[in-house]
Amino acid sequence: MTDPILEVQDIHCGYDGVPVIHGISLEVAQGELVAIVGANGAGKTTTMRSIAGLMHPFSGKIFFNGKDITRLKAHETIKLGISYVPEGRRLFSKLSIIENLELGAFIKNDRKEIERSLEQVFELFPKLYDRRAQVAETMSGGEQQMVAIARGLMSNPRLLLLDELSLGLMPSLVEKVMEAVVSINRTGVTVLLVEQMVQEALEIANRGYVIQTGKIVQKGTSRELLDSPEVRKAYMGM
Amino acid sequence: MATFLQVAFDGLLNGLLYALVAAGLSLIWGVMDVINFAHGEFLMIAMYLSYWLGFIWKIDPLISSIAGGAFVFIVGALTYRLVISRTIGKSAMSALLATFGLSMLLKNICLNRFSPNFRLLQDTLLGGKTLDLAGIIIPVPQLVIGIFALALLFVIYRLVNKTRLGWAIQATAMDKEAAELMGINTENIYLLVFGLGGACVGIAGGLLPSYLAVHPEVGALFSLIAFICVAMGGFGSIPGALLASLLIGLVEAFAGFYIAPVFKYVAVFGLYLAVVMVRPRGLFGW
Repeated sequence: MTDPILEVQDIHCGYDGVPVIHGISLEVAQGELVAIVGANGAGKTTTMRSIAGLMHPFSGKIFFNGKDITRLKAHETIKLGISYVPEGRRLFSKLSIIENLELGAFIKNDRKEIERSLEQVFELFPKLYDRRAQVAETMSGGEQQMVAIARGLMSNPRLLLLDELSLGLMPSLVEKVMEAVVSINRTGVTVLLVEQMVQEALEIANRGYVIQTGKIVQKGTSRELLDSPEVRKAYMGM
Repeated sequence: MATFLQVAFDGLLNGLLYALVAAGLSLIWGVMDVINFAHGEFLMIAMYLSYWLGFIWKIDPLISSIAGGAFVFIVGALTYRLVISRTIGKSAMSALLATFGLSMLLKNICLNRFSPNFRLLQDTLLGGKTLDLAGIIIPVPQLVIGIFALALLFVIYRLVNKTRLGWAIQATAMDKEAAELMGINTENIYLLVFGLGGACVGIAGGLLPSYLAVHPEVGALFSLIAFICVAMGGFGSIPGALLASLLIGLVEAFAGFYIAPVFKYVAVFGLYLAVVMVRPRGLFGW
């Protein structure tokens, strides 16, 4: 593998001193689409939050582009090019779509660059352009998820962290959102995806990690994982 | 009729002053969920600053208001850094009690240093001047505060709703963590908001000594009225605070004139009770 853009080394992490993840290590190479899959409560979101800097591991290290980001805060990691689309979308509910998107580009000061990013996300989600003046909380779950992804792209990230995109969406929408993720990845953005919907996530990813009670229990290419009897039995009901 | 208009005008002018004091409280509450019980004392220290600047160096309150705004901006920012930031993430009661403690501290420092005496600045530029507008007598100092209040509320409203910084402030209020993810340093936003809230009362306090006497307890009543304005207008809403302040100013003036001065606060708090019974989240609350 080429030099990883993201390298997580044996992190232990939790809330109020209670550990949730016990030694997770993973790597993501430039341009890859990697999925972390596993059941609810396995520690997927905790891993993502640690990478984004919303919380800090008790031990272990996280490197981005070779730089130690273990202790950086969320408003600092985004400046390095890490954008985290959190679980549950977390839009600014009383603000309009365009205001939400503008805030996604808060770290940018170049007006032209912001306009370009806006064009790009409206190209990806044309529906949002028509709804740009609408207040976020009045939109449907699927539309809100699109806004959340678009907002995450506004900072022109090098690494996009996507947390549980499928949450609360109907199957046909999940498919659409996954397609959008693939096309984002094709533009050169490295993507790390966390999903409970194991099959859907692995179908679009290059590689995957299976996480269970705070530990990585299996890893490999998506094909290997999709064919693995353990994964099929535990997560796909087969 | 002339009397009626006169009373109404006095009430509105007082209401604008309340609005200026309430705006800062509303901003802080709306963004940080912190009720600043020391808000009235912020007003008081700005009044003392203005008084002493006027007494010692003959600086007019009009100019001292700028100094008052700047000074209390710094006091507000320091309050956040040294006191409030330590209560973030703890129970809401700790921030409340901390600001309450701060208000006691400021009040008693002033009591100790400046004695409980009432102090009024003499010979100020505006003091005692009036305008005669078709039979209605308008006191100039109150009028100037009213104009300052409207201008400042307009600026703050625009800042919060029409600028990127304002969106960042709103984002921080709605979802602090998500705001952090946008690259917004929410610590700095809190610091700024506390400073701005302080600056509002600081400017009001700077202007006041040209017609209102300074003493250590002067903030208490303003604190209470401002709190009602904010609660009645809907927490965090600047237009709501303005409307509520004007209503309270009017009711206070009318009750004071047509019933009896001692009853004016009965009417004010009665109005407050009536409003929150019908709209528990205030006039503009959601």
